[in-house]
Amino acid sequence: MNADPLEPDLPEVFRRWFETRGWQPRAHQLDLLARARAGRSVLLIAPTGAGKTLAGFLPSLTDLAAAAAMRKKPGAPARGPHTLYISPLKALAVDIARNLEAPVAEMGLPITLETRTGDTPQHKRRRQTLSPPDILLTTPEQVSLLLAYRDARRFFANLSTVIVDELHALTTVKRGDLLSLGIARLRAHSPDLRTIGLSATVAAPDDLRAWLVAQQAGAPPQLADLIEVAGGAKPDIEILKSDERIPWAGHSARYALPDVYRAVKAHGMALIFVNTRSQAEAVFQELWRINEDGLPIALHHGSLDVGRRRKVEEAMTAGALRAVVCTSTLDLGIDWGDVDLVVHVGAPKGASRLAQRIGRANHRLDEPSKALLVPANRFEVLECQAALDANYVGAQDTPAARPGALDVLAQHVLGMAVAAPFSDEALYHEVTSAAPYAGLDRATFSRVVDFVATGGYALGTYERFARIRRTREGLWRVANPKVAQQYRLNVGTIVEAPMLKVRLSSRKRGGTIGRGGRVLGEIEEAFIESLSPGDTFLFAGEVLRFEALREAEALVSRATAETPKIPAYAGGKFPLSTYLADSVRAMLADPDAWERLPEAVRDWLLLQRDTSLLPRRDSLLVETFPRAGRFYMVAYPFEGRLAHQTLGMLLTRRLERIGARPLGFVASDYALSVWALSDLGARFKAGRPSLDELFDEDMLGDDLEAWMAESYLLKRTFRACAVIAGLIERRFPGKEKSGRQVTVSSDLIYDVLRSHEPDHILLQATWADAARGLLDIHRLGELLSRIKGRIMLSDSDRVTPLAMPVMLEIGRESISGAADEALLMEAAASLEREALTRDGTEGEAERDAP
Amino acid sequence: MLHDAARRADPEMMTDGPLSLADAAFRLHPSGALFWPEEQALVVADLHFEKGSSFARHGVMLPPYDTAVTLDLLADVIAFYRPKIVVALGDSFHDRAAPDRLPEPYRERLAALQAGREWIWIAGNHDPDVPEGFGGDVYAEVACGDIVFRHEPALGAHPGEIAGHLHPAARIRVRGRSLRRRCFVTDGTRLVLPAFGVYTGGLNVCDRAFEPVVPRHLMAAHLLGRDRVYAVAGCDLHPD
Repeated sequence: MNADPLEPDLPEVFRRWFETRGWQPRAHQLDLLARARAGRSVLLIAPTGAGKTLAGFLPSLTDLAAAAAMRKKPGAPARGPHTLYISPLKALAVDIARNLEAPVAEMGLPITLETRTGDTPQHKRRRQTLSPPDILLTTPEQVSLLLAYRDARRFFANLSTVIVDELHALTTVKRGDLLSLGIARLRAHSPDLRTIGLSATVAAPDDLRAWLVAQQAGAPPQLADLIEVAGGAKPDIEILKSDERIPWAGHSARYALPDVYRAVKAHGMALIFVNTRSQAEAVFQELWRINEDGLPIALHHGSLDVGRRRKVEEAMTAGALRAVVCTSTLDLGIDWGDVDLVVHVGAPKGASRLAQRIGRANHRLDEPSKALLVPANRFEVLECQAALDANYVGAQDTPAARPGALDVLAQHVLGMAVAAPFSDEALYHEVTSAAPYAGLDRATFSRVVDFVATGGYALGTYERFARIRRTREGLWRVANPKVAQQYRLNVGTIVEAPMLKVRLSSRKRGGTIGRGGRVLGEIEEAFIESLSPGDTFLFAGEVLRFEALREAEALVSRATAETPKIPAYAGGKFPLSTYLADSVRAMLADPDAWERLPEAVRDWLLLQRDTSLLPRRDSLLVETFPRAGRFYMVAYPFEGRLAHQTLGMLLTRRLERIGARPLGFVASDYALSVWALSDLGARFKAGRPSLDELFDEDMLGDDLEAWMAESYLLKRTFRACAVIAGLIERRFPGKEKSGRQVTVSSDLIYDVLRSHEPDHILLQATWADAARGLLDIHRLGELLSRIKGRIMLSDSDRVTPLAMPVMLEIGRESISGAADEALLMEAAASLEREALTRDGTEGEAERDAP
Repeated sequence: MLHDAARRADPEMMTDGPLSLADAAFRLHPSGALFWPEEQALVVADLHFEKGSSFARHGVMLPPYDTAVTLDLLADVIAFYRPKIVVALGDSFHDRAAPDRLPEPYRERLAALQAGREWIWIAGNHDPDVPEGFGGDVYAEVACGDIVFRHEPALGAHPGEIAGHLHPAARIRVRGRSLRRRCFVTDGTRLVLPAFGVYTGGLNVCDRAFEPVVPRHLMAAHLLGRDRVYAVAGCDLHPD
């Protein structure tokens, strides 16, 4: 073994441990150790398999080993933890603890390490606060809870290191905002705190470096040190070449699953990634249908019961599985044993996401990971090819940092009041030391504190009910112990759609349903609402029959040999990343690049070129054509489903106003189709309106305002903000049943607030979220300005080849929120018909109805 | 979950629908109010004034504008019918202390609405005794011919009962989409009004609380749309 100049830094016991395993500490591990010892905070960017986790823990392990020699006098008071390890996933914390126990035991280090997550039993948590381990592995929510304890200062006084794993997955979401505020408070408790961030490759490392350290008002961004480990062997990625015909539209990739199955058979252990939970169910079902060899193939997604997921994870680690069909729940760096193939069904939606998922295969740096991309339709072929090109050139399209959310800040402010009385001045100073909140102005901060105290309404009628109050010394403190309890129940930033437990029951016998089997998982309430008893659907890998709803649980029975309705639940739909969208546009515009595409796709594009126009990279193609008595326009912005949906809403509003009588629209990741009763092609050619007028940027002004007032998307966003900010309480399963008359729906609150206090801080937070998230207004704005004066019109007499995929989406995607009144009319009409066929007086009154 | 849309539509655009009960003819208004042309009487149920501040007492700081919005809606529908009599069917105040919390400007608005007409407060379970100083008269129930107004539907009531209390809401399902709205609900002999207050939730008419009042096979629900009411038969309604 070669002596490294840095190696003497490594204590003897560690060096021997490396030696006995035949390993050698890597340069970045020693580099990180040296910097951490010097008290520096460090961001380590390394590909999977580079020994990132061990690198992160080495400073703490060596510290603790050295300290252990000196302390541990019997009877010494328990000290707080030395190191906090924070991971976005509970499962990851558990997994890391397991992986860390081995070296600690092998080196015989007297170091204690424990996990603390939402699953940790109450008695263990209590014991942990009294007698903390040296290393505590936990999640962002638990950090907030710990910080809100009265003796948090004492508990964290001994804290030396915070390790944040998968930092790239946290910095652009609200959980990361909350954690950044928590770390700011940890720094206040323990001023010499060093932070270590572990991350996959990202587009803007400086955002993460700033996130890790305290910022100062008015000063340029402070940055943690950066250690970057070059990527390992180039991955071996292929796009699946199937002899089957690639469909125009759809997401099931059913055509390719026999090929996928063959690939699974040819490998030891495959991870099959899909984009949504419903896709996971469908792919799993289909694979088992053709699984003639009875290979152990499992299913893993976020709706499944925790116990079932843990079982799958254990089987993976034990090497007992050949394939797992999974969603983003397995995205993050859990080491699940010897995966030698990653299959990606459907387009990956982002180059960075693809790179990370592929990194799951083969955790050894020097061997290439092997991956197979399976496009589900023709546009996805283009997208897969673009992603593949991007992965080879190492392009990164992770989202950029954005200002911290105000609803999260409100939650944190309440938590800080629960912990100990605070002064405005000190807390403002602390909060703005967290990078996401560095730009927060004092006035907005004060509005957030007012919101926490009394709701922050202009009509200051709630003073006497304030949740936090100022003491004579000017410190804010909680008004009563109930407030603290409310805070603890509502901590966290993950607001799921209301979920119902899915419980297996015996089949109906004589009209009754047997009570109690086991819980299979949870499913969105809205989905269950769309079912009638007797409907079948795919869940947890089985075809289930919906029997009844009972006390916030959906009772189901097993149904075999039936064609199920597939769950349409929303889990994990990612929009196409801006970077990939641009690559797809570039590829379409360049026939030379089509060489690499499958023949069917090439022919499709050639046909489009011969019969209509091809979209160009910097302009927008709009096609119009009549079909079945309606007139269609299809636009191809390639900006992702969310931006297209917003665009569709705004365009139809506009067309409505000028009398073009639009009937509806449908949006995909690539295109948008609007249909109307008037000849849109003729109108555009005559300039009534011109396309430039129709797509003018001013639609983001009044039209957007007016639409947003009614948009159900905004109401959904508001609900999430209101829950996070603590305006309304989280819904707990079973509790809401009795509460229909008692609870106040967030939609009603939204309406009232919007009409009476449109500048309220929560509406401000809602708007900021919607603009970035569900409505993707930012991206729509960029599109409109990019295509200004560059819209090409192609008016045809029939559907064009390129329009086929989006035309096939019509009828699959429901157009939400558009036609409530029409639905009511239809329901009422059925009664009117009934009334006319019934005799007697019962229907009499109804006959007069308009 | 689907909830009512923004409730304050343009009053000019609204049209009411007919309903007959015990030989009397009524109009159902999409705001949730009932009008009796023969008596020039307007009936509203479950106003729940100051529900917002009631939540605030428990640390849930709902926007304090609910009473204002409810009064706006009430003013709209009073302007629409110009009734001689207004009957508030109980639970007009969310809790016993609500009258004390009612801000002075709202007191004045309420007084302005009462001016020049008879005003009847029916006592509810939330407000068993409407305090002095709010104008109008308080009754446990009021009968007018065969028509009886009371807060809570009575067991085995005679035909002609008009009540509130239950906050009826109905769910329909059309073309794979589901929609939940407040509603009037009737079996042809008695009627339950939807809650009028802006923060009030609704109880599905398929809930067993409705069984003794309006049997399912005779049920018709009149759902509140944006500017009209929509009648739907009980067999087309769905539980939550």
